[in-house]
Amino acid sequence: MKLLSLKNVSKNFGALKVTDDVSFTLNEGEALGIIGPNGAGKSTLFNLITGSLNVAAGTIEYDGVDITRSSAAARCLSGIGRSFQIPQPFEKLTVFENLVVAASFGRNLNEAEVTDDCVEILEKTELIGKANAIAGSLSLLERKRLELARAMSTQPKLLLLDEIAGGLTDGECLALVDTIRAIHKDGVSIIWIEHVLHALNSVVERLLVLDFGRVIEQGEPQNVMNSPEVKKIYLGIDI
Amino acid sequence: MSQSSKYSVETKTRTSSIFGICLILLVILAVFVPALVSRSVLQDLFFILTMLVLAQFWNLLAGYGGLVSVGQQAFVGIGSYIFFGAIILWGVNPVPAVLLGGLAALALAVPIAFFAFRLQGAYFAIGTWVCAEVTRLIVAQWKQVGGGTGTSMPRDARKEMWGSEWIAQVFDVRASAALDILAYWLALVLVVLTIGGIYWLLRTKRGLGLAAVRDNLEAAESVGVGATRMKWVVFLVSAFGTGLTGAIIYLQKARISPDAAFSLVDWTAFVLFIVVIGGIGTIEGPIIGVLVLFTLQSLFADYGTWYLILLGASGIFVMLFAPRGIWGMITDKTGLQLFPIRRRLTISNKNNEKKGNENG
Repeated sequence: MKLLSLKNVSKNFGALKVTDDVSFTLNEGEALGIIGPNGAGKSTLFNLITGSLNVAAGTIEYDGVDITRSSAAARCLSGIGRSFQIPQPFEKLTVFENLVVAASFGRNLNEAEVTDDCVEILEKTELIGKANAIAGSLSLLERKRLELARAMSTQPKLLLLDEIAGGLTDGECLALVDTIRAIHKDGVSIIWIEHVLHALNSVVERLLVLDFGRVIEQGEPQNVMNSPEVKKIYLGIDI
Repeated sequence: MSQSSKYSVETKTRTSSIFGICLILLVILAVFVPALVSRSVLQDLFFILTMLVLAQFWNLLAGYGGLVSVGQQAFVGIGSYIFFGAIILWGVNPVPAVLLGGLAALALAVPIAFFAFRLQGAYFAIGTWVCAEVTRLIVAQWKQVGGGTGTSMPRDARKEMWGSEWIAQVFDVRASAALDILAYWLALVLVVLTIGGIYWLLRTKRGLGLAAVRDNLEAAESVGVGATRMKWVVFLVSAFGTGLTGAIIYLQKARISPDAAFSLVDWTAFVLFIVVIGGIGTIEGPIIGVLVLFTLQSLFADYGTWYLILLGASGIFVMLFAPRGIWGMITDKTGLQLFPIRRRLTISNKNNEKKGNENG
């Protein structure tokens, strides 16, 4: 069943077309990877799906409802969660409070009703020892974990991950991939932007390639990686 | 929360509980202060209380809502002018007229927010300032309350003010001193309601959402916090409180003019100084800040311009060397919280029982 579908979505910043006539669909329970060179418009595409930016043209449908004009907060409430490429914690709040905000607002519940769920997510993401630490004091890995934990706290049906493995050591990356795989197994649909391709390809079932805001290829990871056009773009980058 | 849960959430600390009790005693004492101190001391206390309310509301705006307004004098001005207008034109008793002042500020905040919310950061600040100036110019055309030169509160209104006769009898003072006592009590009530109300707000879910908006607007929206609505609520509440304060200030002064009531220096610059010096984004900060301002004022106010230069210089000094203000410095060193809002996750039930057994 279709969960998310973008139809002819475009976005421009002035004369620059950052998203150019993008169409794709995501089925329920599917994990889709998005790759492409820097500046291809990957993060912008996320901002359009989550409502941080408004589309210039085209429609976005989620769970059978047209959400093209919905606010970011409303989209979160309907089940779209995200992590940011550069971690954006609520710096002056504690790790636990970061999760409580997301869980209580994102699911429209009281604070007391979400405590147990937040604790569970803190344990899953190995942040429980840092629960009362100020988010601004965390290390990069901890910030990445917090991004994931906060997004999970809203109990999303669709989780958008933006370069969550970037900048981590191999060991850290492996542990994070395990966590993401577990989330996917629980039935959460995932769209994941990532440059660390081995991490990405160990989770996703399908790849989509963006360049200059356009979809230039999509399909099974193996086939996509072998296509001449993708090889051309990634020339010089180890795949 | 379920009984079997391993964790519980706490906000209170031991120091904060002790401080809470001290605070209640202090408020009770403050009620009886008019019987104990001279009139000039009472006027000083009135100044401290009213500036504290203005500072708390500006702190709510800028420190929590991220809305750095430099146009708060618009709300002091409109609040005090509607207060005077209600007394002079419609014969309303001054005490309920204070409420009308607050409501007028609330009403003015709606169009100001409508325009200013389209602007960000420094542009928002300038926008609110422009709105305040426009309001001042319009009010200066209002001939019935003295136009550009201003007016005084009618003698009858002062005499008939609710409670003033009773105060004059009980304290055995003249009508003008009774007015000071009444104004002081109104200011005291407002301080208690303001600090109590803001503290309550910050401890609710809405307060947590507000802190999230302050730290990162985009991320807050991405987890379902309706940031725009939050900003509206904060802006309107602050305007209402600032308008009430303006009315009470001019109830005590009993004379008004557009330049005084819409003074940028008195109602925004000083307030900004209080919050920045004391510590922005905390309830404790403005309390410390207002005491610092009062001390500097009592020591140096006679030096005119030099006094203002000194205020500016000390503000810059704090911004450079203690950007989170005096209270920020204290919490960094001691971890002290008098109005705690942190939700601390603590291990509860079984582990606590164990601890109890060990001790017993």
